Amino acid sequence: MSHAVHESDLTRPASAPAMLEVKDLEVSYGKIKAVKGISFTVGQGEVVSLIGTNGAGKTTTLRTISGLLRPSAGSITFQGKRIDDVPAHEIVVLGIAHCPEGRRIFPQMTVEENLLLGAFTREDGEIGKDLQEAYELFPILQERSKQPAGTFSGGEQQMLAMGRAMMSRPKLLMLDEPSMGLSPLMMKRIMTTVRTLQDRGTTILLVEQNAQAALRLANKGYVLEVGKVVLQGTGRELLTSDDVRKAYLGED
Amino acid sequence: MNLPTLPDTLREQHSGKGWPLALVGSLLLLVSGLLSWSFDPSILGDISIAFWPASLQLFAMILGAVGVLLALMHRGPLHRLGDWFDTALGLRALGTGSLLFVVFSLVAIASEAGGLVNVNPGGWLALAGALLLTVGARFVPQRQLNSFAKAKANPVLEIVVIVLGMAAILFGAAYVLGRDDPWIFVGFLVMAAVAFMALARAGFFTWMSHVAQRHRHVLTLAAFVVAFLFPFTQDGSDANMSIATQVLIFAATAIGLNIVVGLAGLLDLGYIAFLGSGAYVGAMMSNAASATIGWKPPFIVVMLIGACVAATLGLIIGSPTLRVSGDYLAIVTLAFGEIFRLSMFNLDGNNGPDLTNGPNGIPGIPDLNLFGFDFGKPHTVFGIQLGRFSNYYFILLLLIGFIILVFTRLNNSRIGRGWVAIREDERAAEAMGVNTFGLKLLGFAVGAFLAGLAGTIKAHQDTAASPDQYIFLESAFLLAAVVLGGMGTVAGVLIGATILKLLPEKLRFFSEYRLLLFGLLLVIMMRVRPEGLIASKRRQLEFHEDDEELAQEVQADHLIDAAPEAAR
Repeated sequence: MSHAVHESDLTRPASAPAMLEVKDLEVSYGKIKAVKGISFTVGQGEVVSLIGTNGAGKTTTLRTISGLLRPSAGSITFQGKRIDDVPAHEIVVLGIAHCPEGRRIFPQMTVEENLLLGAFTREDGEIGKDLQEAYELFPILQERSKQPAGTFSGGEQQMLAMGRAMMSRPKLLMLDEPSMGLSPLMMKRIMTTVRTLQDRGTTILLVEQNAQAALRLANKGYVLEVGKVVLQGTGRELLTSDDVRKAYLGED
Repeated sequence: MNLPTLPDTLREQHSGKGWPLALVGSLLLLVSGLLSWSFDPSILGDISIAFWPASLQLFAMILGAVGVLLALMHRGPLHRLGDWFDTALGLRALGTGSLLFVVFSLVAIASEAGGLVNVNPGGWLALAGALLLTVGARFVPQRQLNSFAKAKANPVLEIVVIVLGMAAILFGAAYVLGRDDPWIFVGFLVMAAVAFMALARAGFFTWMSHVAQRHRHVLTLAAFVVAFLFPFTQDGSDANMSIATQVLIFAATAIGLNIVVGLAGLLDLGYIAFLGSGAYVGAMMSNAASATIGWKPPFIVVMLIGACVAATLGLIIGSPTLRVSGDYLAIVTLAFGEIFRLSMFNLDGNNGPDLTNGPNGIPGIPDLNLFGFDFGKPHTVFGIQLGRFSNYYFILLLLIGFIILVFTRLNNSRIGRGWVAIREDERAAEAMGVNTFGLKLLGFAVGAFLAGLAGTIKAHQDTAASPDQYIFLESAFLLAAVVLGGMGTVAGVLIGATILKLLPEKLRFFSEYRLLLFGLLLVIMMRVRPEGLIASKRRQLEFHEDDEELAQEVQADHLIDAAPEAAR
């Protein structure tokens, strides 16, 4: 283990006031514990990356934050409010949007219907305005706004999924493996958009297997291994850490 | 109905001969109707007199007229219309279908009069015409077609077409309901199916759907006017009106079920119980001698109570069970339907409170009387007598209008979008903030509410409520109507309900094989057209995901939809 970033001797990265605080979170599928007591914080306006291999518990963590799963122990606090027993549809109202793994767009609905569904919980009159904003973010969506979303390519679907998540006007956007199965070019495009969204003031929790891209963007990063946080640090620290380079970046 | 297609080389060699053959064949069909078809004047509504066409002769003439029309659109005075409609495909379908129809007619004559020897030259001429048409149409080359999306609309013409189409439906329905001879009844259905297929293959209905989209309100209005006029064509006869009211109740309930199954995607196998609970409330609060509740509020109140009771039952059964889905939900709702029936069977004072008189049910329910209008008495309007069932027909028409309104409003609303999302991917919908449980419960309750409304009227129309009216088979038939007609559409369910209620009434001779035939029909439908007779475009896409062309079409249709919005 490298000295600089080992959890025990790492000073917590200086960060903005915590928007989301996850503390000693444990989640089980029946008898199998998928998340074994992880803690992390996401500060206002930050991009935070959770990286790790398959089965590290990244997706489970996101699903628990968005209320689709219930923790067996630990707490989740969002803007000072405990949300670990709030139903999923109310969590969206609180301002957390989840762009799920595998995109999960609604294939038979048109692009526009998909986007409107992202605004399902909203009843204000500005949905049309946000629709335009989503189209500006991803012009291809406007071109194909009346097309069934299932006919899209993977990258277009990912754009749609991100646009859809943004339609709820989230304070915190959680992206689960947005680069999965995309071409390098498309991946770059998605990552640029993440940066754009951050610049606009959206706080982002990013889960990725593609550690390099994720860490480059991140203010803070956490490395998960079989349900536990094994390393944490700023994005730059983790990128240059020998352990991370060996384990996740495929370098010797 | 398609014969194997010809090799292109053969078609090119003889392309010039196809059109005259097809035209002559069509003309022969048309003329054959004017000749005598049979020696025996006592069969099939007398088809023995020349220049006095009846039943099968008329049908042949209609097919011939369609053929002449299509042929003249291909080449000749109407050839400019042929730029839009695929006349070649239409003629081919018409040829095969006409042959089928004429053979059916000859079989009918032979079986009724005892042998083919009874067929007169008219019948043989029709056969020759159909053969010529079939062969000729094979050689008619297809023309380059324009897309309807580019068609310049003439609104007056389009509305005239809608009105004519609706008038044809009214006339056809009145005619076919008046036929008691099963041969003629089936013959009409065959003729209608062939004409429909030919026009469909020619692209006529694609055009109609474009027209319908441009004039949706006109179409809806025309449909209701036709439905409203229908009792006036029946000349005070109650036999057909009784069937018509049953169709309406069945259709109203099926549209309610379509909210649950077609929109929210919840399989409900006990839906008839909600109709039943409405009917029992209607019966109990009806002043019938055997009614168990002495209170008789105004009927509108009874309707609301019946609907609320049904909706409450929906909530009670839904809240614990809607957490399961798919097969489990189907089993639970099936059990609920049976529990309802058995409860009605047993609430007779021996095993609990006396609410339903047990197996005897509540007979002798008096007719409705709204604002001094007695539904039991015949009324005369414009000199035409309208019987008891006509009165119920009108109130049911109002009800079904209301139910269709609720259905379409829900379908196009935010709630409807939520339902579609749940149907497509429940977990993703949940992540988007859709309250999946709440929305599913709402779908259940709304469906139950509408069925309850229909039930209160049904109790008065039937004059009795008894447990054996609400057996599982009825739930299965409702579901069959939804699946057959097309999940998630109104028109489809109306057609499905009409087929499932009307055919057994008119074709008494096969009543013993009813279930067998419906089973077969459903199996064939699932194989050939799983999305139902009239499919919502989205459903169609669900069943044919790889169909690029369809995806394009869906997109094009949406563009048409969107155009007026963009213009605003």
